[in-house]
Amino acid sequence: MAARLPVVIFALVMAAIPHLPHMPPFWIVLLDNIGLSALVAMGLVLLTGVGGLTSFGQAAFCGFGAYTTAVLTTVYGISPWLTLPASLMVSGIAAVLLGLVTVRLSGHYLPLGTIAWGLGLFYLFGKLEFLGRNDGISGIPPLAIGSLKMIDPGTIYYAIWFSVLACALLTMNLLDSRTGRAIRALRRGHIAAEAFGVQTPRAKLIVFIYAAVLAGLSGWLYAHFQRAANPTPFGAQAGIEYLFVAVVGGAGYVWGGVLGAAIVVILKEVLQSYLPYLLHGEGQLETIVFGILLVGLLQLAPAGVWPWLMSWLPRQPDRKRPDTSLALPARARTAGLPNVLLQIEHARKQFGGVIAVNDVSFDVGVREIVALIGPNGAGKSTTFNLITGVLTASGGAISVLGKKLANAPPQEVVKLGISRTFQHVKLVPDMSVLENVAIGAHLRGNAGALASMRQIERVGLSDQIDQPAGSLSLGQQRIVEIARALCVDPMLLLLDEPAAGLRHMEKQRLAALLRQLRDGGMSVLLVEHDMGFVMDLADRVVVLDFGTKIAEGTPAAIKTDPEVIKAYLGAAA
Amino acid sequence: MNTTIMLFLIQDGITNGAIYALLGLALVLVFAVTRVILIPQGEFVTYGALTYASLSAGQMPGTARLAVAMGAVAFFLDLMAARRSLGFRLVARAVAVNVVLPAIVLALAMWSAAHRAGVAVNIALSLAIVAAVGVFLYRIAFQPLAHTSVLVLLIASVGCHLAMQGLGLLFFGAEGQRGPPIMDAAFSAGSLRFTGQSLSVYAITVAFIIGLWLLFGFTLYGKALRATAVNRLGARLAGIRTSLSGQIAFLLASLIGAISGILIVPITTLYYDTGFLIGLKGFIAAIIGGLMSYPLTAVAALLVGTVEAFSSFYASNFKEVIVFTLLIPVLLLRSLAAPAVEEEKD
Repeated sequence: MAARLPVVIFALVMAAIPHLPHMPPFWIVLLDNIGLSALVAMGLVLLTGVGGLTSFGQAAFCGFGAYTTAVLTTVYGISPWLTLPASLMVSGIAAVLLGLVTVRLSGHYLPLGTIAWGLGLFYLFGKLEFLGRNDGISGIPPLAIGSLKMIDPGTIYYAIWFSVLACALLTMNLLDSRTGRAIRALRRGHIAAEAFGVQTPRAKLIVFIYAAVLAGLSGWLYAHFQRAANPTPFGAQAGIEYLFVAVVGGAGYVWGGVLGAAIVVILKEVLQSYLPYLLHGEGQLETIVFGILLVGLLQLAPAGVWPWLMSWLPRQPDRKRPDTSLALPARARTAGLPNVLLQIEHARKQFGGVIAVNDVSFDVGVREIVALIGPNGAGKSTTFNLITGVLTASGGAISVLGKKLANAPPQEVVKLGISRTFQHVKLVPDMSVLENVAIGAHLRGNAGALASMRQIERVGLSDQIDQPAGSLSLGQQRIVEIARALCVDPMLLLLDEPAAGLRHMEKQRLAALLRQLRDGGMSVLLVEHDMGFVMDLADRVVVLDFGTKIAEGTPAAIKTDPEVIKAYLGAAA
Repeated sequence: MNTTIMLFLIQDGITNGAIYALLGLALVLVFAVTRVILIPQGEFVTYGALTYASLSAGQMPGTARLAVAMGAVAFFLDLMAARRSLGFRLVARAVAVNVVLPAIVLALAMWSAAHRAGVAVNIALSLAIVAAVGVFLYRIAFQPLAHTSVLVLLIASVGCHLAMQGLGLLFFGAEGQRGPPIMDAAFSAGSLRFTGQSLSVYAITVAFIIGLWLLFGFTLYGKALRATAVNRLGARLAGIRTSLSGQIAFLLASLIGAISGILIVPITTLYYDTGFLIGLKGFIAAIIGGLMSYPLTAVAALLVGTVEAFSSFYASNFKEVIVFTLLIPVLLLRSLAAPAVEEEKD
């Protein structure tokens, strides 16, 4: 519970603030606004900072929340508490509809798409008759518990900050869960996540809806706080401001959202109330100063103020460890396996006029280490991508245990017990080694952390378990990838240049580990350039050159094969 | 609807579209080189337009003073950045670019405002002032952030937009202004009337598109800019000064913005905050062009202008809704057509 202690203290402090003697009501209003803004920012932290999906449209979701309760309470006289689920639902459904369209957008199209519908909805709010056009809806009833009406800022304060704290805890728990790790993997591209069974479009949609529902909650509170709703606070300007809040506070951190909200709201308020006295100026002096301060703040702390502050803390918080004494369900292995695990028949991949893989056929047997070698550009990694479903084949058939894959997507291939590493390491650099490896256990339910502890011990990286993956050497990062692949409990392990960047001793340890895995019943297919490593380890070697298989056989036979020597050293040799 | 109205709307749309095209091109350019989504582009438009209008009305524009002030800050930053290896040449260059140049422009602007110089002089001065603001903006706000993520750059960009819009109100007041036309000539073809102003809009747009195409396709500087866009580190290793590339990109963008402003200020009244919405529509065009392609951006801009003209005729209430929602199907099509595998970017 020690990890929760700061949160409890924070909650107590926040609860005590309204009871402080001589607390000016003005500051309570300010704190209310900070809370409202923090709720939206928290959603953005998850969406943008963690998931990598930038949205300018969050203010529109606040609008959905606020207008829903405004219409239901004023026109139909429904109690505000009953409109809460309705508000959240409407925001959520709007997010599903908009999300289905926009989450599919890749790269920069997504933020731009959110600007587009953010602006469109803002103008729509101001044009629709039943939403009161630009004047909006007023006379919204206050929240009430029994006879206690939350009319003044000091009472609704509790409703707002209770929501903030509850959502912060919820968000942190979500981030620490299996779904959370899948979301955190999104920002670094989807190939690695999909290779371990993460349904990336669904994960994106989930964060999108989650962020929208938080915004809807903020909108609902706002409507009952202001007791009115009009389009202005739900426009593009507000949408951009929420993004400010998240980025200034620290887009990757839940508390960064709260801190950012405090900084931005207080800064704006202070500038608006004191600047005119200081400079006797006319016009929008406060926007000028605000803009300049914002740029300055970003130059000072580009990752946000929260991580900048945290780096001053003397002691980093401890991390919790899963209980390693529990047993894990292992993959049911079919008794009396056939001898051939993976069969590739006439696989073919064409990129335009280039034939990267040309009618390649080979097998990987049970308990066998097969090496795929060949000069650069021979089509080795492309073959890997065909097997794991990252690329769709132009022809041929790939089957696992006699069952054809038929261009199954990566998420399906991994379910068959095939896991892989990547030639260019695909880890999330700011997640710890443990968290990265746990992505590999995505399909194994909530036992992910446990499975990953075991695999990290197995590959000998226990000392680095809590370090951010990005701080490891390239060779160690490759080992982390292997541990992640092992978390799948695979039948076939595909390793793309596992020994590159490893030192001699590390290579020997890796070879020993792979032999041990084979003897335990696993098959390995590896691409590797280190011939000493390959010839020493592999049971069989397949040689590719310009997309075509030129030889196959035992290491001893391959070493003397004239075709292979020609491919590697040229005709004259 | 009759043909006359339709032709008229199309003509209107094309004139607006040409302006959006110019702005869209500038946005593409800046994004490609610096990864900054240039929200203050709209401010370059208003600064250009209102500086020109003020000078023509014999007033001293505040933007000239802004350029001098920003130059001073940039000078200070340059000295700080090079404090370990200060040489005479370096200091001389910093003084010349950051202090002397804006001071000369300020002096000329004062002289011009007092003596009511001609249209050509005023245009040249307005361009010089806005260009200086643009280059210094990059030096002060974005160069120190060049290594950060697109998101941080974007937020900084919004911060610059806020500050510059506020300054615009300070300099030019809340009143709208118009400027004198560049060309008075006009002729009619059938029921359509072509003014010299709208023709110069077309001509300058086409000239810029061709110019940018030549610059990026055939000159060493253009190729250096493109190289910076593709890979900052690689470009630096090849000896390209990436901070210079950024400054050139901002120089071009601010020039384009100012020209657009000067072209439209004789046609419509401009306020200190008009630029934002105009810039936003250029932005839509740039997005449709994928923030990559110049010709596609130009075509998209014409489309945006035409859609705007037609929707303001038929459903003026929903004009903005229509223009902005136009974007979503286009984005969807683009992202389905090219499901770019984007990996390891941040």
